[in-house]
Amino acid sequence: MPIEAGGKMYETDEEGYLADLNDWNPDLATAMAKADGADLDENHWEVINFLREYYEEYQIAPAVRVLTKAIGKKLGPDKGNSKYLYELFPYGPAKQACKYAGLPKPTGCV
Amino acid sequence: MSEPWEEEGPGTIKKFMYVNRKAPYGTIYALESLEVVLIAAAFEQDVSMAFLDDGVYQLKKGQDTQGIGMKNFSPTYRALEGYDVEKLYVEAESLAERGLSEDDLLVPVEVMGREALAELMDEQDVILSF
Repeated sequence: MPIEAGGKMYETDEEGYLADLNDWNPDLATAMAKADGADLDENHWEVINFLREYYEEYQIAPAVRVLTKAIGKKLGPDKGNSKYLYELFPYGPAKQACKYAGLPKPTGCV
Repeated sequence: MSEPWEEEGPGTIKKFMYVNRKAPYGTIYALESLEVVLIAAAFEQDVSMAFLDDGVYQLKKGQDTQGIGMKNFSPTYRALEGYDVEKLYVEAESLAERGLSEDDLLVPVEVMGREALAELMDEQDVILSF
């Protein structure tokens, strides 16, 4: 189902993941979140930007366990725990945050 | 009902070895193996990977896949450490036969001789060959 952001339409797969990750822009993330009834604050952006950097480096979307550990390393133990990440992204931190970040669904994701 | 962030115990831990014998591109084996390893890592098993024959090319530095229109998945081998997959074994004979050395590889590995690797395979509970 295509999604609209900033007056443009973008292709997604049947689960709402962006078809071409080069299409991504912050407005698109905001639009995807809005469609899920969520507003993105700076804590969400921190995770979304982290995921984009991770993908850039490793060419995969991390599994939730790996994401949690890596966030902890970078942003501290307050944020590197499942409870914090599930509060930000109740549909599953890897799955939902990856979607907003324009990445494919994580391999072996929860 | 447990909360989604509460982790369940790993249960019985088995030794899984993923044996890679094919060149990275041209067939889907290498990429499939890597994806299965990344998925299996979530189940907290004792996972190792072995690279033999043309499989050693999977870890070769400096791949350029532009000409064949495939995604270069070399960087993903560097993600394995974050998945706690740290046991990567490369067969010394396979490297030598192809004029390669450990310095040509993109991640830290343990290079071992054919016999030692055969013994290690003997200790595994599960061997998956790609």
